Amino acid sequence: MSAVASQKVAFRERTTRALRDSNLQQAMGKARGGFVDKRLEAMAALPEFDETRDAARDIKDHVLANLDGYLELYEQKVIENGGQVHWARTAEEACQIVADICKEANAQVVTKGKSMVSEEMHLNSVLEAAGLKVVETDLGEYIVQLAGETPSHIIAPAVHKTREQITELFHEHHSKLGYTDRVTQREALVNEARSVLRGTFVTADVGITGANFLVAETGANVIVTNEGNGDLTSSLPRVHIVTAGIEKVIPSLDDLSVLLRVLARSATGQEMSAYTSLYSGPRQDTDSEGPEAYHVVLLDNGRSTMLGGGYRSMLRCIRCGACLNHCPVYSAIGGHAYGWVYSGPMGSVLTPLLNGFDDSVDLPNACTLNGRCKAVCPVRIPLSDLLLKHRLEQYRRRLTPLFGRFLVRAWAWVATRPRLYQGLMALPLWLMHWRGHRRGALEHIPFAGGWTDSRDFPTPAGRSFIRQWHSRKGKS
Amino acid sequence: MNSDKIKTSTQVGLFVTCLADLIRPQIGFAAVALLEQAGCTVRVPRNQTCCGQPALNSGDSASTIAIAKMVIKTFAQDDYVIAASGSCVDTICHKYPELFRNDALWAGRARALAAKTWELTSFLVEVMELQQVEATYDGVCSYHDSCSGLRELGIHDQPRQLLASVVGLELKEMNENNVCCGFGGLFSIKYPDISTRMVSDKCANVGHSGVDTLLGGDLGCLLNIAGRLRREGAPVRVFHVAEVLAGMTDGPAIGEGESDL
Repeated sequence: MSAVASQKVAFRERTTRALRDSNLQQAMGKARGGFVDKRLEAMAALPEFDETRDAARDIKDHVLANLDGYLELYEQKVIENGGQVHWARTAEEACQIVADICKEANAQVVTKGKSMVSEEMHLNSVLEAAGLKVVETDLGEYIVQLAGETPSHIIAPAVHKTREQITELFHEHHSKLGYTDRVTQREALVNEARSVLRGTFVTADVGITGANFLVAETGANVIVTNEGNGDLTSSLPRVHIVTAGIEKVIPSLDDLSVLLRVLARSATGQEMSAYTSLYSGPRQDTDSEGPEAYHVVLLDNGRSTMLGGGYRSMLRCIRCGACLNHCPVYSAIGGHAYGWVYSGPMGSVLTPLLNGFDDSVDLPNACTLNGRCKAVCPVRIPLSDLLLKHRLEQYRRRLTPLFGRFLVRAWAWVATRPRLYQGLMALPLWLMHWRGHRRGALEHIPFAGGWTDSRDFPTPAGRSFIRQWHSRKGKS
Repeated sequence: MNSDKIKTSTQVGLFVTCLADLIRPQIGFAAVALLEQAGCTVRVPRNQTCCGQPALNSGDSASTIAIAKMVIKTFAQDDYVIAASGSCVDTICHKYPELFRNDALWAGRARALAAKTWELTSFLVEVMELQQVEATYDGVCSYHDSCSGLRELGIHDQPRQLLASVVGLELKEMNENNVCCGFGGLFSIKYPDISTRMVSDKCANVGHSGVDTLLGGDLGCLLNIAGRLRREGAPVRVFHVAEVLAGMTDGPAIGEGESDL
């Protein structure tokens, strides 16, 4: 109970801090409308968008029902292409596999494309502890790495930062590299990061990327980016390592074309991301360039357990971020308040499943169940329904506060006895009416400070509808 | 009433909803008036309290099931069941059948109730084919689309269609009219900071729209928004859409006192 309670305090502290963080609020406020409007425009330009979402859902459902077969097929193709597949049950195992590959390659510098699975593994800290220099090459990831933070959004890692903060961050870290001017404009910031990173790209021994999809019929991993950093990470170093969750496999290139049609539109409102790249293994004899070795580390980390229960639909997730972009709670508190790698609605569903129910009690509850996430999901994951399912599960496991459970149980007991309920409500209703009817609202209600600290409470009429109706109609 | 009329008219049971029952009974009277205007005979059974959402959203399925069984029994005899709240109707229509997934008998009863339960404005427009109401309201109004009604029940055009027939009423859409107001039932009390931030955003959008009245179809949202508007000192009146459609706007709006009139 105490661990749960302290987690609860921690979540509340994080949200309070986020709500008071003027930089975060400014940055989130700017991001808020943009994603939503761009997605709407992209949808409007593709009349069959909803049908494509259905098709995307069906593809993912088919894969999940036959996951073992597609994973084996995928592995076979990767091997045929000259690559290796490594299976990791846990994040620790996956980190060890990656660290061993780096060690074997005598690597000193590692470049990384954006990979949420590597964040889930906490890979950077493991590699750094092994003496490697790890450089994130996605601009947003690079920014949060410089700041010593973690991504706050699965596709826009630094969405919580203002441009002014990024200017200062770059000045702090880049001035010693000769970039002594403070740059403030968006393009100049991008160019400075690009210029700094270019040097790293060519010296890296190992490049680590994630995968948006793994295509079983060809053994290719697919990454979509807007910066091209993923391609330089995949193709320039001697060794290319792909880290991916086991749910990323899809049957064919035809399926890929369907999923790509919903991915970028849902994420950024683009028809396609700027770069869509397929990598199918190490350099072949006929290739002029490319990595000498190609490894895929497939992470389970709780995913196979999700296959069997009522949460399977969550494995459809293609990490577009639309649910974050449309979540008013996420927009208010940002991603870090959620406390783990994944945030927003998809994070609140995933975190208890991958990281344990006990340490994430607040996540499914800090939600109004407004359903906007469910409405925009490109693979139709019923996110808000899954959050409600989490609450039922928490109740079964007795993870929510005892007093709250008792109050709800007691209220429900009364609510199933209408005459008693109507009798018990009469006095408090009358009292509240008597106290506030002239002003129309109560500015303070004992034990309801959560409401009245920031809002007035409109005064009840004094006599319930049921009582008024039945006294007017007589005993009908 | 003569007996011929009873035979020919559509019979409905009114599910008052706990918030309207306890806090703003006028919404119940407005719903009855509108249903009767549309040609319905309305029954208001005494054996009703709440749809059970507070228990369900707290994860207490046993309590929710007990309440759901009561609601199912109470309205078994009615041809239609009407509630002036999208979120309560969503609970009855979509959550009840799911609750009884493993109980064939009650699942059947729950589905039967779900099949005949409607939100007020959608019932008036889609089933009763009501084209217009007889009401006057002098004001510029914005409509807040409550989440469950909008996304789970598809309620968007129906209230607007009826509001268009209210004499003197001008409807002006505000930004983010489909974004949650931060009520979320117990959420507003469990996570007051986040809820306050969300309702403040909503109030800012109301303010920017320049309307003098905010309407909506769910009293929970309206209590939240009206409570915050009043705390901010914003001169915006808040009514449930049923009150305006029924012409019951002479008294205090939500959060207004007798001294305000």
